[in-house]
Amino acid sequence: MIRVILPAHLRRLARIDGEVRLEIAGAVTQRSVLDALEATYPMLRGTIRDQETRKRRAFIRFFACEEDLSHEQPDALLPDEVAAGKEPYLIVGAMAGG
Amino acid sequence: MTGVRVLVGTRKGAFVLTSDGNRRKWDVSGPHFGGWEIYHLKGSAADSNRLYASQTSGWSGQVIQRSDDGGVTWEPVGNKFSYEGTPGTHQWYDGTPHPWEFERVWHLEPSLDDPDTVYAGVEDAGLFKSTDGGHSWQELPGLRGHGTGSSWQPGAGGMCLHTIILDPATPGRIFTAISAAGAFRSDDAGQTWRPINRGLHSEGIPDEDAEVGHCVHRIAMHPSRPSVLFMQKHWDVMRSDDAGDSWREISGNLPTDFGFPIDVHAHEPDTIYVVPITSDSLHYPPDGKLRVYRSRTGGDDWEPLAKGLPQENCYVNVYRDAMAVDSLDACGVYFGTTGGQVYASADAGDTWTPIVRDLPAVLSVEVQTLP
Repeated sequence: MIRVILPAHLRRLARIDGEVRLEIAGAVTQRSVLDALEATYPMLRGTIRDQETRKRRAFIRFFACEEDLSHEQPDALLPDEVAAGKEPYLIVGAMAGG
Repeated sequence: MTGVRVLVGTRKGAFVLTSDGNRRKWDVSGPHFGGWEIYHLKGSAADSNRLYASQTSGWSGQVIQRSDDGGVTWEPVGNKFSYEGTPGTHQWYDGTPHPWEFERVWHLEPSLDDPDTVYAGVEDAGLFKSTDGGHSWQELPGLRGHGTGSSWQPGAGGMCLHTIILDPATPGRIFTAISAAGAFRSDDAGQTWRPINRGLHSEGIPDEDAEVGHCVHRIAMHPSRPSVLFMQKHWDVMRSDDAGDSWREISGNLPTDFGFPIDVHAHEPDTIYVVPITSDSLHYPPDGKLRVYRSRTGGDDWEPLAKGLPQENCYVNVYRDAMAVDSLDACGVYFGTTGGQVYASADAGDTWTPIVRDLPAVLSVEVQTLP
């Protein structure tokens, strides 16, 4: 069970309270987590990564285990603690004005 | 009893303002989609309960919301806007070719007769259409591809398609306007397009009478007389009597002919409204006085409308999509400001009252006249 925490504006869009819990079959990577997240919550498509290129949107960041994983390759394995559900995968709206 | 529903898009959410036909007491609902920029929302003429909203943010991109109950509840629908074929390039601010990149939806225009059909004007400028209630979107690529697209340049606010007008009398005729490319017309339901900018004269572009490159801010039409168009250009208020084939200036005695919105009285096709703004570098009303100007003669001769509007220390702007009219017997006129006020007039502009004063900056105002 993977734990994902979304920023507040995406939780409201997807009508989610608290953490999202996802079952991932196979390798736990940025791509597999986002694929599962978007399959469960289709309204999140395009809000975290581009629908065509699958690139992370510029002002979205991925954190876990006190590390910034935003620039990791999409198919890189996430930390064991995330894969084991001990630590959440944080999808964060970057600090920017407005 | 008849009533009105005013749909307000702001920098930080959408608001729905409703009143009965007297338009004195208002119910304010919102913010819907709090924290998101709502560039535009508009109801279907074929089903007043069907609304579409463009919800966007710098963090999370574009969302399209749809309501089937007049704005009480909303559901996100499709948000995939992919340009047809190889997108190609337009001019960038520095004159270099720049790939077409989708940024946001500026304007949603529901079909006149089918609630499930809606057009979207987007940045970078393009026209999209959905025929399934917003779930999927297809570009009408003939607009970008008609020949001048590679020379289009963004205005200061981005290269946006902000105006879509569907001709109620001529099937298949659509007007669009793009900043800063100009006005365009299709006579075959959006398959092919041509620029309609003859008569526009714009200082600040190399060829002041160029076929494209004019910063058109808004076009308005009265449905009973669709061959007559009114335009607020960057500078100049213009009029066409031949569906855009040619234009003539009607700025007349306006204190300044810079501005953004323009609209037409619901029952008087020659009564039009603009909000003069000081200049392109001073985006606020002249002398700190907020005044709508009305012409009852189709242009040239204008009168200020100030009763109920602030006449000192007012330095707000009124954006291009932030004025609308209702179709009650005494035509109502509405506009929203960057200061968060939405003003209403229940007597065609003679007197004004704020419905709300402290919303986030208003990006768009649309009105539905309810049965």
